[in-house]
Amino acid sequence: MEDIFPARVLPTVDRQNRQFWTSGEEGKLCIERCTDCGAWIHPPVGICYSCHSSSVEPTAVSGRGTIYSFTINHQPWFGDIGSYCVVLVDLEEGSATQPLRITSNLIGTEPDNVAIGMRVEVFFLNCDDVWLPQFREIR
Amino acid sequence: MTGHVKHRHRSERDAVISGIGQSDVGRRLDRTAMSLTVDACLAAVADAGLTLNDIDGLSSYPGGLMDGLNPGFGGPGTDAVQDALRLNLNWHSGGYEGPAQIQALINAAIAVSAGLARHVLVYRTVWESTAQGSGGRQGMGGAGSGGGRARMGGMLQYLLPFGAVSAANWLAMNAQRHFHTYGTTRETLGEIALNTRRNAGLNPKAIFRDPMSMDDYLGARMISTPLCLFDCDVPVDGSTAFVVSHRDYAPDVPTTAVGINAVGTALHGRPSWDQRPNMEESPLRAAADTMWARTELTRADVDTAQLYDGFSIITLMAIEALGFCAVGEAKDYLKGGHRISLEGELPLNTAGGQLSAGRLHGFGLLHEACVQLRGQGGERQVSGKPEVAVVANGGGPVAGTMLVTRGAS
Ligand SMILES: [Zn+2]
Repeated sequence: MEDIFPARVLPTVDRQNRQFWTSGEEGKLCIERCTDCGAWIHPPVGICYSCHSSSVEPTAVSGRGTIYSFTINHQPWFGDIGSYCVVLVDLEEGSATQPLRITSNLIGTEPDNVAIGMRVEVFFLNCDDVWLPQFREIR
Repeated sequence: MTGHVKHRHRSERDAVISGIGQSDVGRRLDRTAMSLTVDACLAAVADAGLTLNDIDGLSSYPGGLMDGLNPGFGGPGTDAVQDALRLNLNWHSGGYEGPAQIQALINAAIAVSAGLARHVLVYRTVWESTAQGSGGRQGMGGAGSGGGRARMGGMLQYLLPFGAVSAANWLAMNAQRHFHTYGTTRETLGEIALNTRRNAGLNPKAIFRDPMSMDDYLGARMISTPLCLFDCDVPVDGSTAFVVSHRDYAPDVPTTAVGINAVGTALHGRPSWDQRPNMEESPLRAAADTMWARTELTRADVDTAQLYDGFSIITLMAIEALGFCAVGEAKDYLKGGHRISLEGELPLNTAGGQLSAGRLHGFGLLHEACVQLRGQGGERQVSGKPEVAVVANGGGPVAGTMLVTRGAS
C-alpha cells in the first residue's frame, strides 16, 4: 500500500517499544501486559501500574475495538493530500475505567460515516522498519 | 483518589505581582526572541519601580531546550537571559514539566515565600510566527517538512506517525467526545471565538480585530473536525514578563500590587493527550479543586476569567473544570455569549485571548488579569473595579491555575 503521508514521522524503535511497532510484520498487534496480574499497559514502560511488577511482556491482542473519538483532518500539514481520519480506538481488552487505547487512522470509511462507537479491526502498514497499526470498519 | 492537602500557611500569599511588561506583539516581526524578551523584561522591571540590580531571581517556561519540537515554541532560557542582562541571582529556574506555563509564576512565588529571592523576574517568549515562516502553522516534529522521514521518541511517537501532528488534532478529539456525550455544538464553541473577537476589537495590540458573526464562524474552513480555523489560536511573536516580589514590597509598587491568593497545581490521572479515560473533562479539574480548597474566595467572587484558549474547546472545558457550570452544561452556560461578555457575570479573555489577540501561550492571559485588576483596561476595562480574577493555563495533558486579586491577598 502506498503511504499517503509523504513525510510521515516515524517512531524511534528501541528495546521498550520494539514489539508494539514491529509485531505487525506477523499480523499481530502486541501490547505490554503484566504476567503477574494481567493488566494491559500502554504505552509500554516496562513496569505494571497496578502491581508494580516488572514481569511484563508484549502480548497479542485481538486487534478489535471501538472508536472512542475521531477527527477528520483538513489542514494540509503534509501538502495537498486531502482529508484523513485520525481515531482513538479502545481495544476490547480494556475497560471503561482502564481503557486500552491507541491513536491510529481509520481507512476506507467515508468521513461522513465515521462515528464514535463504531467497531473496527486492525491491519498494518509497513514503513521502513515499523509496521503501523491502522484500522478499518468491521462491516 | 488523592485527598486534598490541608493548608495552614499558603505560601503564594507571601508574594505579589509588582510589575508587568510586554514586548511588541505581532505576526512575523522578524525580531530575535532575545530582543523581544529583553523588551518585556525591562518593561516589567521599570513598571515595578525597580532596576535590574534589584532582581535576584529569574524564572521562565519552557526553559531553553524546547525549540527543537516546534519552531519558535521556546524563547531564550534563563541561563541565556541571565547572561544577556548580567544578572546576579539568588534563585533561578526554567522548565517545561509542571502545571503548565503558569508554573513559572508559581515557582517564583514559592521562592519568594521561602526567602530564596525577593524580586523574581518571570517571562515567556514565543516567536512561532517568524520561526514557522509564511507557510502557516506547522505540525510537530518536522512533520510534512519534506526530506526523509523524521523520527520521534517519547509520547509523541504514539501520535505523530498517524498524521495527528498538531494539538489541533488532539484537542479536536476532546471536542468530538464532548459533542457526543453532552450534545455540545459548534455554536457553543463559536460563542467563545466570537467573544474574543469582540474584545480584541477593543485591544489595539490584538491581531484579529475585525468583527466576526456566527455565520462567519460557521463558514470558516475546517482544520480538524469539529475545530475550524477560528477555534485555533493565532501564532505570534511576543514576550510577556512579570516581577514577582515579596508582599512587603506591595506598598512601594508604583501602580497596584496584584496579590496571588491561591494556586492550583494538582495533576490526577494520566498526563497524556490521548490516554485519559474521560476526555470530555479537562486535566484542569484537579488543579482547580485544589485551588478552591486553598481560598475562602468563591466562584461568585470572581470578576473576570482569563482562561487558556489555545483552542476554544480548552476554554469550554476550563469553564466546566473551574465549576462555573457543571461538566456538560457549557452549551447552556455559553448560549448567546452574554455571561462571558464584558457586561456579563464572567467577562472572559477580555483582551481577545489567544484566539484573536495572539498566542502568547498563557502569559498573555495573566497579563490581562493584572491589567484588569489594576484598572488599566481602557476601552475593554471591566466595569465596577474588578477585585478577583481567575487565570488558567494548559488544558491538554496538564494544567495549572491561579486566583489573583487587586492588592496583596
Ligand atoms: Zn501487574
